[in-house]
Amino acid sequence: MDNIIEIIGAVVTLIGSIFLFLGSLGLVRMPDVYNRIQTGTKATTLGAMLSLLGIGIMHFDWYGKIIVLIIFILVSNPISSHVLAGAAYYMGIPLTKRSVVDKLSKNIVLTVKKEETSDQENNKK
Amino acid sequence: MVNLILYIALGFIGLAVTLTLIRFIKGNTSVDRVIALDVMTISSIALIGLISHFTGRVIYMDIALVYGLLSFTAVIIIARYFEKGL
Repeated sequence: MDNIIEIIGAVVTLIGSIFLFLGSLGLVRMPDVYNRIQTGTKATTLGAMLSLLGIGIMHFDWYGKIIVLIIFILVSNPISSHVLAGAAYYMGIPLTKRSVVDKLSKNIVLTVKKEETSDQENNKK
Repeated sequence: MVNLILYIALGFIGLAVTLTLIRFIKGNTSVDRVIALDVMTISSIALIGLISHFTGRVIYMDIALVYGLLSFTAVIIIARYFEKGL
């Protein structure tokens, strides 16, 4: 019975490591910074969570620390990818030519124009 | 049987870290390098978990937690620096 549980945990760990491998493969092959952020964060989050979950299945005593680690990865990884994507857009790194829509560009241009006009008005006053 | 599956998983994670290193060296922009560092750290957390299974010590999980905290803080601070906010 213990053997079956250990084999289940090992298979879950193997699935997680395959997700990690696919995420890093996408990191090499994707054409754009934003696509790399996408594939490098979401696949990696799932892969690390599955790997730790498999180890938690194999060792039942360790579940406290493993649950803390899984929740930490689940919370912190999307935040870092979001902040990085915002920083990359602010730096002016161009999108790939195959991208269809870019709704953020209008907002950024509008806000910059508004600030410029308000500054000019203040200078006139 | 269990050890064979876990060694295959170890090989996959090592391959993932190696592929990420290619992007880390080649990366066109600096944001690419930061993403590669992030992915490498998350892969290393899974790797530390596997090492903790092989040696049978729980204390390595704490090391993985501190490693993840440091990586998260580093990525946030570097992104803040890219936005000229620091």
